Formats: sequence, C-alpha cells, structure tokens
Amino acid sequence: MAESPPLRPVGPRRPIRRLIAWVDERFPLTETVEAHATKYHAPKNFNFWYYFGVLATVVLGMQLLTGVWLTMSYVPSAEEAFASVEYIMRDVEYGHIIRYLHSTGASAFFVVVYLHMFRGLAYGSYRKPRELVWLIGMAIFLTLMAEGFFGYLLPWGNMSYWGAQVIVSLVGAVPFVGADLMEWVRGDYLMSGITLNRFFALHVVALPLALVGLVFVHIVALHRVGSNNPDGVEIKDNKDEHGVPVDGIPFHPYYTVHDFQATVGFLFVFCAVVFFAPEMFGYFLEKPNFEQADPLKTPDLIAPVWYYTPFYSMLRATTFPLFGLEARFWGLVVMVAAILMPAVLPWLDRSPVKSIRYKGLASKVMLAAFVASVFVLGYLGTVHTTPLTTALAQVFTAIYFAYFLLMPWYTRVEKTKKPPERLT
Amino acid sequence: MSDDEDAAEVREDGVGRRYLLIASTSAVTAVGAMGAAVPFVKSWLPSAKARAAGAPERVDIARLRAGELLKPMPTWRGQPVFVVGRTAVDIEALARAKDGLADPASDNEAKQPAYAQNPYRSRKPEIGVFLGLCTHLGCSPKEKNEEQMRELDTGWEGGGFYCPCHGSRFDLAGRVVKGVPAPDNLQVPPHSYLSDTEIIIGVDEETA
Repeated sequence: MAESPPLRPVGPRRPIRRLIAWVDERFPLTETVEAHATKYHAPKNFNFWYYFGVLATVVLGMQLLTGVWLTMSYVPSAEEAFASVEYIMRDVEYGHIIRYLHSTGASAFFVVVYLHMFRGLAYGSYRKPRELVWLIGMAIFLTLMAEGFFGYLLPWGNMSYWGAQVIVSLVGAVPFVGADLMEWVRGDYLMSGITLNRFFALHVVALPLALVGLVFVHIVALHRVGSNNPDGVEIKDNKDEHGVPVDGIPFHPYYTVHDFQATVGFLFVFCAVVFFAPEMFGYFLEKPNFEQADPLKTPDLIAPVWYYTPFYSMLRATTFPLFGLEARFWGLVVMVAAILMPAVLPWLDRSPVKSIRYKGLASKVMLAAFVASVFVLGYLGTVHTTPLTTALAQVFTAIYFAYFLLMPWYTRVEKTKKPPERLT
Repeated sequence: MSDDEDAAEVREDGVGRRYLLIASTSAVTAVGAMGAAVPFVKSWLPSAKARAAGAPERVDIARLRAGELLKPMPTWRGQPVFVVGRTAVDIEALARAKDGLADPASDNEAKQPAYAQNPYRSRKPEIGVFLGLCTHLGCSPKEKNEEQMRELDTGWEGGGFYCPCHGSRFDLAGRVVKGVPAPDNLQVPPHSYLSDTEIIIGVDEETA
C-alpha cells in the first residue's frame, strides 16, 4: 500500500499565523486562549448540572444588551417612567420584545443561578481549594439581588413602588439610626422621583460594572484551581507524564460545543416564555405593576418577585421581639443571615468526601430538606399570611438554617462511601 | 564582627523606618479618602428641593364630616395623611380604657407631639390627624368601618385601619393592637389649627 501524503498541520494558514504572532508579541493572546480554553483541562465527566454557569454568563450578556437598548427609550423620572415603559411596549419598534427579553431575563438569571448554586451544594464545589471561587460567587449573588431590586422600581408601577417602600423600610428597623438611614437611602421623605433616579444609576451603571468585574474574577479564580466534578475527585491529583490530568479534557472544543448546544436548548425554552407567557401568570411581572405608582394606595397583597420570596417569608415569619429589640429588626437579621449563610459553607462541611454521591444518608436527607424548605418558603412568600402560614414559615426557616448549622455535626458522624480513584 | 552588627542594626533601622513611613502614609491616605467620601455620601441626603417640597402643608378641613376620613387624602412630604372625623360614639369608645392595645397611653414619645399624648392622640377629641403609613414597613393602611373591622377581629369597637401588607390593625386614635407586626401607634405629625376649618401640617403652635 502506498503511504498517504503527510497531513498539513491543523491550524490557521500562514498569513493568519503571522498576524497572531504579531499580536502575541504585544498581547498574550495565544497564552490566554490556551490557559482558559484549548489547554484548560476540565474533568471529563461533567453532566447536566454543569451547564448553568455558562448559561448564567449568556443571560448576563443578554441583560446587558437588552438593558442598553431599553435605556435608549426609558425616562427615569417619577412623571414619565411609567409612560415611557408603555411607550416602549406600544410604540417603539420591537420594544415589547426587548423589554420582555429583559424582564424574563431577570427571572431566567435567578433560575440558572439558583441551579448553579444547587450544583455547588450537591457536589461540594465550595470546598477546598475552591473557597474563593465560592465566595466570589456569593458576592455575585448579592450584587444580582441588589441589581434585581433596583431594577424592579424602574417601571414605576404600583407594586414597584410599594415593594421598594417595604424593603427600604426594613432599613428603618436598624436600631437608633434607622429613620435617618431610610431618608438617606430614599433621598426624600418617601419613595419619590429622587429615589427612582438613584436606583436607575445603580441599576444601569454601578451594579452591572460590578457584576461583570465579579464574573471575571470568578472565572479567573476557577481556572486557577480547576473545576470540581460530580465525583468530587481532584483530577489534578492524577497527571500523566506531560503534567496533564489523566481524567481531564481540553475545555475547547469539547465543552464549548456542548455548552453551545445547551445555550440553544435554553434559548428555546426562554423564547417560549418571552413569546407566550412573559408575565408568567403574575410571577415574573406582577399584576399591580400594570398600574402606575400611587403613593396613597397600597396594593392588597405585597409580594416580591418569586426569586426573593423565600427570604421574604423568613422576614415575615420572625414575629417576636428579642433582647428589647423589635420583631422587624430580627426579621431583617434573619433575612440577611439566610442570604449570607451559604458563604460559610466551606468551613461548615467536615465530610471526608465532597460529592453527595459518596456522602451518607444524613447529608442527602438534609440537602433534600433544604431544597424543600426553599420551595415551601418561596411559595409562602407569595400569599397572604395566616397563623397557619406563619407557623409553617417558622418551621421551614428552622429547617433552612438547620441544613447549615448542623452540617459540622452530620457530615462528621455519617458513614460515607469511598470515592473512586478515577472519574466514573 | 562589630561592623556586621552595625550593618544589621542599620538595616533593622532602615526597615523600621520604612514601615513607619508606609503606615503613616496609609493612615493619612485613609483620612483623605474618608474626607473625599463625604460629598458622595452627603449627596444622598434629601436635596434642598426635596426639603422645600416637604414644607408645612395647609389643609382645608371644612368638608370633613364626623365618622369620615378626609378625601381626597391630603399629603405632607408626599406621605398620605389621615384626617379622621370622629362621632360622639367614637370619642366615648376611645376614652374608655381598652385592653389589647400595645401602647394605650402613647408612651412612645417619638410617635406623637406632647399635645397628642392623650386617649384620642389629637388636639381635639373630634378630629384625629395621623400619617397614613404603617409603623411596620410603611404600607398605607386601609380605612375600615366597624363591620369590616369585626370580620378581621371579632369584638372590635368602632372603625379603624387595617394594613393589607402584614395585617396590622389600628383604632380610630391610630393605636396599634397587640400581637400584630407593627411595633408602634401611627405617627401623629406636628400640626396646628389655623382656624376651625383649616389645619397646617408640619408646624406646631408650640415651636412655631
């Protein structure tokens, strides 16, 4: 048999190579691409749960794009904000699509971020050496919550107005300085155009900048320590003679292609919501928000958007004063503690294994109870309180905190399975 | 030997000096940064325009009837103000000592001027003036008549106010009942009577 002719080396042609060489002398282009994509080795066993990080980045990009476009037609003033949103919805070409992409994008952002965080809980992605990845992630989460809160006031609907009034009034529960602090946050004696303007500045300039910066350092920190995986086994502990992890695979092209498919799949679902149910039956856009803000009339039921309701439930469930301080101050404390709680996870988990696959029964039960508590509290936060719902919310608040506070104990006493040497 | 020791000493001294300079420069910079933060922090306080808009408000109460809430609702600093006309029955009910109130004697001095520290929490028994914002989280309570209040709280006497957000209830003197989230009675704003048919909100006769 004749020998086949030698193959041309795979890669760009000569003029392109020369251009890349020219750039590389002046900017670490190839180095960066190799470090973060073509020679960044990710574990080969990523599953469904590993799509949500990239999806969160996709949604962030989408929110930036639609946000910039909305800013072109939106007017941040108490007199014109509501009308300008209606103008976007009715008169601006494709304005309704751009606005619904943005409003649905906000909910989608929280959906993917919550799933991304759940993945971290299940597979122990917060544990050494990824503590900083996790903490930066928590900072992203907090910034995102603030971003959502400030953005929700901008349409100047009645729910925007009173929802923000309730949350800003929480600041008033801080002992001694509460009332002055509230005035400082609002810049007025009540929620007004002044408040709207500063929320607008934070929503479209300050917090997006912070978000983009935090996402950047989140990824830099991740690529320093390498991704975790469903087995929770460090692939860097098992390298071949070239120093490449045996169970790793270059991120590009394998995972970039996978992620691209996931993005397309996600956009199918996302667009279906945008086109057919952008209000999501009052969960994404609440009904009282189709009425302009009225400082004299509170809607019959104040409920935040779904992604805050678990924490809002805990706030409402705190109904008793303690140590001479009023109940609503403790409600604020409980709510803030609940939001910040995951940040200390790296130091609460004492299990010899990372992944839920090899942890014992107690960890599995507690994780399931935790997820259930988030769902129940999330639901309770959308309905009127009765003595029954308050009692339920108190029980599930206790379960929520038990997941974290009992972790040092149950992760140590339970019987764990031995993780495999290699990825499965 | 002694040269070496000297050298070490000099080096030690040099390092100490360097740390002192770094520390003092950092301290001065920190003070400067705090100073520079002042304009940014203070710019969030209510502006001169907002303060001017929060000036005292004259309210014509000639149209107020006993047993009614003044409508359209007046505002002070943009906040809703409840001006309540009370009937003789209301007044008599308020004067009677009642159980179940969180602060019946209006002991929390921050919530009303001294002239409203009485069972009616007002200057005149027949007219009450309150800020229409719940002391819990600032929603505006709804006006309810006796029948509607009894649906929420059997044994309720007279009309009252019910906060839709978290269920706090107040009587016609703005007094909060026990066991609801609101920690205090409704705020009584500083106000004075200019005549029998006009009040001014935001000014005390006592301080004007």
